Amino acid sequence: MVDVKKRMISNQEWEDIPDEKFKVIGTDDFSGDVIARPKVGYWADAWRRFKENKIALAALCIMVLLLFMVTFGPAISGYNFEQMDTNAINQAPSAEHWFGTDSLGRDLFARVWQAGRVSLAIGIVGAVVASVVGSIYGGIAAYFGGIVDDIMMRIVEILLSIPYLIIVILISVVTDSKSMGTMMLALTLTGWCGIARLVRGQMLQLKSQEFVLAAGALGVSPIKTIMRHMIPNTIGLIIVAITFDIPGYIFSEAFLSYIGLGIQPPNTSWGALASAAQQNFMFYPYQLFFPALMIALTMLSFTLLGDGLRDALDPKLRK
Amino acid sequence: MFKYILKRIGYMLLTLLIIATATFFMMHSIPGDPLGEMANKLPPQAKANYYAKHGLDKSKGEQYLIFMKDMILKGDLGESLKYPGKSITETLAKNSKVSGTTGGLALVVGITIGITLGIVAALNKNKWPDYIVMFIAILGITIPVFVSAALLQYLFTVKWQLLPTTGWGKPKNLVLPVIAMCFGTIATYARYLKSNMLEVMGQDYILTAEAKGVNRFHIIKDHVLKNAFLPCITILGGQISGIFTGSFIIEKIFGIPGLGFYYVSSINDRDYTMIIGTTIFAAVLFVVAQLIIDIAYTIFDPRIRIQ
Repeated sequence: MVDVKKRMISNQEWEDIPDEKFKVIGTDDFSGDVIARPKVGYWADAWRRFKENKIALAALCIMVLLLFMVTFGPAISGYNFEQMDTNAINQAPSAEHWFGTDSLGRDLFARVWQAGRVSLAIGIVGAVVASVVGSIYGGIAAYFGGIVDDIMMRIVEILLSIPYLIIVILISVVTDSKSMGTMMLALTLTGWCGIARLVRGQMLQLKSQEFVLAAGALGVSPIKTIMRHMIPNTIGLIIVAITFDIPGYIFSEAFLSYIGLGIQPPNTSWGALASAAQQNFMFYPYQLFFPALMIALTMLSFTLLGDGLRDALDPKLRK
Repeated sequence: MFKYILKRIGYMLLTLLIIATATFFMMHSIPGDPLGEMANKLPPQAKANYYAKHGLDKSKGEQYLIFMKDMILKGDLGESLKYPGKSITETLAKNSKVSGTTGGLALVVGITIGITLGIVAALNKNKWPDYIVMFIAILGITIPVFVSAALLQYLFTVKWQLLPTTGWGKPKNLVLPVIAMCFGTIATYARYLKSNMLEVMGQDYILTAEAKGVNRFHIIKDHVLKNAFLPCITILGGQISGIFTGSFIIEKIFGIPGLGFYYVSSINDRDYTMIIGTTIFAAVLFVVAQLIIDIAYTIFDPRIRIQ
């Protein structure tokens, strides 16, 4: 109330304001059309929002660090990940072996990062392949609609109702090859279904929106509508889905390696390392600690990054 | 509504038929002798008898028809290839009880704790209880189940010597596996319920209730929780499948003679009939659970009731 009273002007004061104060000071009919601030594109805008999110930035830093170590870690350690040393079996972490050694005297620092290459590659490639296949499938279903859409979505429904890990296990048993390729095939075989549904839903929603109708009314060709409106409005959704899918693939790989269907020696992954370390966990807990820590850090950074990206890329979803 | 349920059951049966067929032909297309190493050791006549007993001397199509007929009409999934005389249906019935006890208990404990934590976090948004709950939730999501299981084993059996490491039959054998298994459920529910509750609390009808002077307790109980619980039913489906996969690892680590334990060992044994039987059984449980959840969802949420 105090503020308002202060601002109230008595009639006398009002009269006292000189007439010169009431004149046009250099605006014309067009100045309303001038863009006052620099134009901010979708990505710049998303980055601006993302930067505000400290947790997501921290997650990004952890991820970059992990990627760096996975790339250069084996070289930094100075040991080959397969090189055995019978004089240095089951050593605790020391200046010589930063993460200790395993039961065959192999340097765990080198092994953990080498394993990370396999785990991260499976996670990232798996999620990207699944997303690409899913997006195309969902896009086609939404574009054609009608009976095509119906049949395509029924197929997805059936595939989704099959327990995921059972398919993965079956493929691994049947192909009996434990290479990375087979594993990716097994993991992505039904992994694309979720994204297909997501993309289809988004596309259908976009199709019925006014700006797409306007584009059609203005005579914009379908290809251009897809390129200019449909894809840019879906890409954020897909990126977020990829980020959330990667930890899932890494988890599945760890699970498969753990029950002995995954990566086989001499190659290794975080799951395989953890599985091997499980046997003598009571005596050498650090052997399990490091791979488990890396799995946990990867999960954490991707999950938090996904949260941040969702908020940044899709302002409509923000609470 | 009735039509919807009928339609869903139809799809469910179709799905199961596809799974059973695919599993059968996939397992039978594996190169090599289904008897594995045993085939080399047996004399020719014994081997022929074995083949005849399991119907392996017939063509694949005939084998498939016999298998499907036995399964559908008699509920008979055949006999283990590795352990003669061991009926798969009986083994499954016995093991699934064990798995069901652990998994069901873990689910109930996990949902109860998870929901409580979720409510606590939502009501104390951006205060320390919220941060603690979210920290637990993040841990539950990020730590692989085999690590938390190993850690629990180490702490409770080696360090404090309170509980047995492995085994089955006594109630105290159940404690560690259930804790290890429900960790993920707690995390998922706490996170999900919190975000649901916050979303509902921002709705206009909550504002209306507040404006009418409804007290906070009744707003939370009657308006917020009722609406926030509904979407949680959908993730129950995922949780049920999580119990399956969780059980593979948990049962192996804690030596529980359940479904997951036998599934993994039948994979390692390459016991084909056992793998087929267990896969189909797990698929049936999974699909039926999904169906029940979907139906429950349409019953409880009038907004999405299907005409």
